[in-house]
Amino acid sequence: MSAADMPDTKTDDVLVVENLVVETAGREPATILAGVSLRVAPGETVCLVGESGSGKSVTSLATMGLLPKGALVARSGRILVEGEDVLTAKLARLRQLRATRMSMIFQEPMTALNPVLTIESQLEEVLSAHSQMGAKERRDRIRGILDLVKLPDVERMCRSYPHQLSGGQRQRVMIAMALVLEPKLLIADEPTTALDVTTQKEILRLIAEIQERLGTSVLFITHDMGVVADIATRVYVMRHGEIVEEGPIQKILEAPQRDYTRDLLASVPALHPREGRAATSREIVLSTSELGMVYRQPSLFRKREGTVAAKDVNLTLTRGRTLGVVGESGSGKSTVARCVMRLIDPTEGSIRLRGQEIVGLSRGALRPMRKRIQMIFQDPNRSLNPRLTVGDSITEGPINYGTPPTAARERAKELLQLVGLPTDAIDRHPHQFSGGQRQRIAIARALAMEPDVLVADEAVSALDVSVQAQVLDLLDEIQTRLGVALLFITHDLRVAAQICDEVVVMQHGRVVEYGPTAEVLGHPRETYTRQLIEAAPGRHWDFPNFRPLAPGGPGSIEAMA
Amino acid sequence: MLAYIARRILASVPVMIVVALFVFLLLRLTPGDPAAIIAGDMATPAQLDQIRQSLGLNEPLVTQFVTWSGQLLSGDFGRSLISRTPVLTLIGQRLEPTLSLAIVTMIITLVLSIPMGVLAAWRHGSLTDSAVMAVSVLGFSIPVFVTGYIFIQIFAIDLRIFPVQGFKSISEGFWPFFSRIFLPALTLATIYIALIARMTRAAMLDVLGEDYVRTARAKGLSERVVLFRHALRNAAVPILTVVGTGFALMISGVVVTESVFNIPGLGRLTVDAILARDYPVIQALILLTSGIYVVINLLIDISYAFMDPRIRY
Repeated sequence: MSAADMPDTKTDDVLVVENLVVETAGREPATILAGVSLRVAPGETVCLVGESGSGKSVTSLATMGLLPKGALVARSGRILVEGEDVLTAKLARLRQLRATRMSMIFQEPMTALNPVLTIESQLEEVLSAHSQMGAKERRDRIRGILDLVKLPDVERMCRSYPHQLSGGQRQRVMIAMALVLEPKLLIADEPTTALDVTTQKEILRLIAEIQERLGTSVLFITHDMGVVADIATRVYVMRHGEIVEEGPIQKILEAPQRDYTRDLLASVPALHPREGRAATSREIVLSTSELGMVYRQPSLFRKREGTVAAKDVNLTLTRGRTLGVVGESGSGKSTVARCVMRLIDPTEGSIRLRGQEIVGLSRGALRPMRKRIQMIFQDPNRSLNPRLTVGDSITEGPINYGTPPTAARERAKELLQLVGLPTDAIDRHPHQFSGGQRQRIAIARALAMEPDVLVADEAVSALDVSVQAQVLDLLDEIQTRLGVALLFITHDLRVAAQICDEVVVMQHGRVVEYGPTAEVLGHPRETYTRQLIEAAPGRHWDFPNFRPLAPGGPGSIEAMA
Repeated sequence: MLAYIARRILASVPVMIVVALFVFLLLRLTPGDPAAIIAGDMATPAQLDQIRQSLGLNEPLVTQFVTWSGQLLSGDFGRSLISRTPVLTLIGQRLEPTLSLAIVTMIITLVLSIPMGVLAAWRHGSLTDSAVMAVSVLGFSIPVFVTGYIFIQIFAIDLRIFPVQGFKSISEGFWPFFSRIFLPALTLATIYIALIARMTRAAMLDVLGEDYVRTARAKGLSERVVLFRHALRNAAVPILTVVGTGFALMISGVVVTESVFNIPGLGRLTVDAILARDYPVIQALILLTSGIYVVINLLIDISYAFMDPRIRY
């Protein structure tokens, strides 16, 4: 390309976004991006941080020319990829640029790959669309890149379909697909958010390695300050479609200038466990012994080995305390939660709710017990019935158990106040509330039954950090006031460290370590627990205090040894 | 994969047995003496007796069913009460026109409806989309015999491209066959085009919102590849289901079309047999149509596995 084709790029920046304005299409356009500017230098890793709705994904999609047609429109500004303006490029030219100069990987490796095509054919079509390579050359190139992303047994991988791979392997395939033509710019949109911490760590390391090897620039979009602290060279903080603050990583973490950035950092829960609370009661409200769940697939012809989802799980929860169950996906933590709720029937062991055995109880006999234990689910957007008013959702349970409707409604208003919502919320519908507010409604709904035990299954995982902090505070406050016991299922060690009195660490359906949070997370005895803690992103940084954790200080890995 | 196919085939055996039982009981459980029904009002006692003998009506029901099923399995479907020709021969003569009609109809349907659906979904909300939807509403709402007579008026009488009606076997040459089968097939196809275009559009709209379609675009693939290779294959399962059931329904839906275009097919045979109370023929026709349903369902199930690797468990 001649110099004339590259209008006024004075720098050698790989990506320059200037004053990008994106609006919704339609008669009354709403502004989504209000003049975003950023740049990415060669070989740099730039993090774009923000909470949901801040416009960080829209920025990345606009760069790829992938704004949803008919919904979002780039009104003004420029997006220069190696000096070429993406916004004014013809569609055919844009297609040429994709995968050759700029590539993108997405959040959900589960859904981002086509389920009906083999890995090899999904890689191959990138090569046939953009290069003149012969069949042999394509074959070699595909095997080479799969090797580079460290996938095992490359030949088998080539023949596999996405559903046959693990989440981490799929994300590696995505990375291979994005980088097979060695583009200058890689846009990674929350690429590790859906992965377990240990897998996340491997993927982040892989991206860093490849970046060094190929000299790729990375624009990394994330909401996770821990990840930012680990990988970024420079950071842009976004909010409401604007860049709030930018700067080198050190400056952002140590001396953030804007209040929003400070708040964002301050809401990151510390990995260092909180002080243990004194027990207020000795009454055991929930206990399991030798709890086990084996899924057997019925077969006519032979007896099959079942899948062990949980085995020998013993735990005890006293009134007013919080017990955390932590582990990666497939560790059995959700199985335990579902067994305890009797949503599924455990295949072995016993569960006692306030001293009464509930395994083997019939549906009818279980009914009075259901009141005693209630659940809060992960995604408040889906756990509340969209067609019921908030009041109907909250009062439905008590009314089923014989509370007169007017009394239940009065109680619902009290509960709404308790969870920090106005009482007039009672006649509105879930869609009129934000995610955090909906989770508050879900908590009020669970509390309406006046349970002894609340089971929270990843109850804050879908929320932004600032909202997460508020909901955790709320749970804490409710517990102090009502004395309800919490069984808190989470994959996030930071959250567990801040809310749990005791922690159970699970792996492959078994309990690996169990004890007071300060012990388990502060001085882990088991290798697996240590691995989990080491994999937690940003664990060297004390975010709320804007300083690195001193080596050997509380929460640092050296203190655990 | 083979195990999957074997399982699907095994699963269809009980269905056929239940159908056979139903067909068997159809005659046996009709109120009154089946022999009298078969023989008609003018029968002599001797004739009745002879019919009872030949049907084995004096035996217990179970024995009758076993004998009857055994005869079916050895290809003996009995003789028509009217023409005295073996039922199988009768059906054999009528099978070709109907099958030809069904297959040509299906080809026309697929060639038109799937691109229409894909296009409508791709240009969602545009004029093209509205046009496809409008055609589809029309296709649904105009009765087959009206469409048929309109096509005859335009293509056969006004434009004189095709003969008005009739049927010629494909063994008599392609054009004589095609010129006669095209109008009835197009007539029959209107409903299926409407149905499948709609279904394709809906399935494609779902799939086009998926993450992997965005991935495909991010890879810089052309829209043609994105639409047909990535999206359509994923949308195939619901479309195939409708194509399959549509085809099965068509076999029973050809009656009107065959009458309008005077085609000597199974539809006409069915009407004649029912009007004449020709029980053996009716029985055989029910068995045949159910058999076609079962086989088509089997083919759909197997094709799912080819379309979607996750089904090959």
